[in-house]
Amino acid sequence: MDLSSINPILLLASLMVAATPILLAAIGELVVERAGVLNLGVEGMMITGAVSGFIVAVSTGSPLLGFAGAAFGGAFLGLLFGILTQVLLSNQVATGLALTLFGLGLSALMGQNYIGVKAPSFPDWDIPVLGDIPVIGPIVFQHDPMVYVGLILVAATWWFLHKTRHGLVLRAVGENHDAAHALGYKVIRVRLLAIMFGGACAGLGGAYLSLVRVPQWTEGMTAGAGWIALAIVVFAGWKPWRLLLGAYLFGGVTVLQLNLQAAGVAVPVEYLSMSPYLATIVVLVIMSAGRAPGSLGRIFHASR
Amino acid sequence: MTIKSILAGATLALGLASGAFADADKTKVGFVYVGPVGDGGWTYEHNQARLAVEAEFGDAVETVFVESVPEGPDAERVMTQMALGGADLIFTTSFGYMDPTINVAAKFPDVKFEHATGFKRADNVSTYSARFYEGRAVQGLIAGSMTKSNIVGYIGSFPIPEVIRGINAAYTQAKKVNPDVEFKIVWAYTWFDPAKEAEAATVLIEQGADVILQHTDSTAPQAAAQAAGNVITFGQASDMAEFGPLPRVSSIIDDWAPYYIARTKAVMDGTWTSTDTWDGIGAGMVGIGEISSAVPADIKAAAEALRDSLADGSYHAFTGPINKQDGSVWLADGETADDGTLAGMNFYVEGIVGDIPQ
Repeated sequence: MDLSSINPILLLASLMVAATPILLAAIGELVVERAGVLNLGVEGMMITGAVSGFIVAVSTGSPLLGFAGAAFGGAFLGLLFGILTQVLLSNQVATGLALTLFGLGLSALMGQNYIGVKAPSFPDWDIPVLGDIPVIGPIVFQHDPMVYVGLILVAATWWFLHKTRHGLVLRAVGENHDAAHALGYKVIRVRLLAIMFGGACAGLGGAYLSLVRVPQWTEGMTAGAGWIALAIVVFAGWKPWRLLLGAYLFGGVTVLQLNLQAAGVAVPVEYLSMSPYLATIVVLVIMSAGRAPGSLGRIFHASR
Repeated sequence: MTIKSILAGATLALGLASGAFADADKTKVGFVYVGPVGDGGWTYEHNQARLAVEAEFGDAVETVFVESVPEGPDAERVMTQMALGGADLIFTTSFGYMDPTINVAAKFPDVKFEHATGFKRADNVSTYSARFYEGRAVQGLIAGSMTKSNIVGYIGSFPIPEVIRGINAAYTQAKKVNPDVEFKIVWAYTWFDPAKEAEAATVLIEQGADVILQHTDSTAPQAAAQAAGNVITFGQASDMAEFGPLPRVSSIIDDWAPYYIARTKAVMDGTWTSTDTWDGIGAGMVGIGEISSAVPADIKAAAEALRDSLADGSYHAFTGPINKQDGSVWLADGETADDGTLAGMNFYVEGIVGDIPQ
C-alpha cells in the first residue's frame, strides 16, 4: 500500500470534474420535480444532449456552440415529454422510461457518422492570480468553464426558487396544482417551461461527457449517469445546495475508490466499487430526506 | 378517434410489420452483443464480422443482433427470443453469457450456439476465443521499453482468466526488457462505461503512469491519455488508429470474420459439431495494429520479432522460468504453459503487486 502516491489536490480537483455531469442533470431535474413533474427520462435527454452537442461542436468547431446545441437537443426531447404528459395526459412514469429508451436509440441513430471523430478541444480556464494560489488554486480555479456553469446554475436555481415571485409560483404549482390553477396560474405552461429547463440541463450534462470528460461520441456513453442524477435529487431532499453536496459526495467517492485501487490499498475492490452507492444510501438515511413536492407525478387537468 | 388510439394503432401496425417476415430457406444467425455496435472496440469488431457473414452468403443468410445486452438473466431472455424466432446459429459474444448460453442451449437442442471466451461446452454449444495474451505480450514489450516513469497503468474490466492472462503476459514481457517496471492495476467492473474508463485512465496518469493498457472496450482512455500528453496507449479489440501516432502506438485487433463465416457454412452444410477453438496471431484471429512512428526503430523491431515468433509458434508468450506471485514455481526453465492452466488462470505472476479480487 502506498497512499503517498495519491495527490489530495489532484483528487479534489478531479472530484469537481467527475461530479459536474451529474450535477448539471440533477439541478435540471430538481426544478422539474419542484414543479410537480416526475421525468424519469433524464438518461435519454442526457444522451441526446451528448450527441447533439457533439455534432454541433464538430461541425462548427466551437465547443461553446456545441453546449448550446446540447441544451437545445435536451430541451427538445424534454418538450416532447412535456407535450405527452401535460397536454395528452399520459402517465409520467411510463412516458419517462420510454423517453430514456427513445433517447438512447435516437442518439445512436444521430451519432452513426460521428463515431471515432475527435471533438474540438475545450481548454481549461487558468484563472489568472486566483489559479496561482497554492492548494486552493489548482482545486478550485483551474477547470474548464462548464464546472463553473454548474456551480452558477445551482446558485441561480436556489435564488430563483426561493427569492423570486416566479419561483414561488413554480413551487406552488408543484405543491398543489389545483390550488395554483384556482389562483389563476398557468399550471401547464409553468410545467412545460420547467421540463424544458430540465431537458436543457440534462443535455448540458451529457455534452460535458461527450465534449470534455471523455471527449468523443460513443453510443450509450452516459452509462446510467441520468439515473444517478435522479437519485441525487431525492437524496438532496429537493434542495439545491444539498444537491451540490450529493453530487460532490458521489463524484468524490467514485474518484477516491479508483485512486485507492491504483495505490494498491488492500481493501477488496468490490467494496470500493460499491462505496459511492453505499455512501449515497447511508447519507440518505442519516439526513432523512425532505418531503417530496405535493403534486409530484400527479396528472393535472383543469376540469378535475 | 382520439389521438391516443391513433398512436396505439400505429404502434401496433409497426410491430406487426416488423415481425411479419420469416423465410424458412434462409439460415438465420443471431448475435448477442454486450456493448453497442458503435463502441469502437470489442462489439464493433464482432459486428464487422457479422457484416462479413452477410457479405459472404448474401441472400442465403439472415442475421439478427441485439446490442447492449446485460450479462445475466436478460441475456437468457434475449437468446430464448432469438431461438424462438427461428435462429439456426447464435453467437453469444461475452464471457458473462456463459451460463445463460448453456441454459438456453439445453432448451433448444436443434439450435447451435457459439460462446466467446468461455469454457463450458455442450453438444450444441461450441466455444471460441482468441489468444489475446499474445498481443498483450507484444504490448508489454513496447510498454516496458517506452516507459520513463517505470509505472504502467492497466485498466482491467472484470477479474476473469481472460483479463488476468493479459496482465500476466504483458507484465512478463515488460519485466524482461525493464526490470524496474511496476504495474498499477485498476478494476473498472464494466466492459463499457466511457466516463468511468476515462476516470480510471486519469487516475493512473495522476499516479505517475506514462503507459496505459486497457482491457475495456471504449476509446475513452485513449482520449484521456491524449489530453494528458506524454502518455502512450494501445488500441483494444479494434485498431483505434484515429488516436495514432500518439498516444496510440499499437493495438490488438480481433478478427472474427473468418471464424464466423466458417461456422455459418458448417451449419448450412450440416457439418457443425461442438468444438473448442482458440486461435492467436498465427491463425489471424489476433492482429497487431501497425506500430506507430512514435516508437523508436529498435523497439519496433524487437516487438515485430516477438510478434513473428509468436505467430509461427517458435515462442510461447508464457515460457519459463516464471514463478507465481507467491514465489512458487509455475513454469520451469524452458517450459511453456498448457492451455488448461491458461484457460482458468487465476493468479498473478511474480512481481505484480496487489491481489486479484475474488
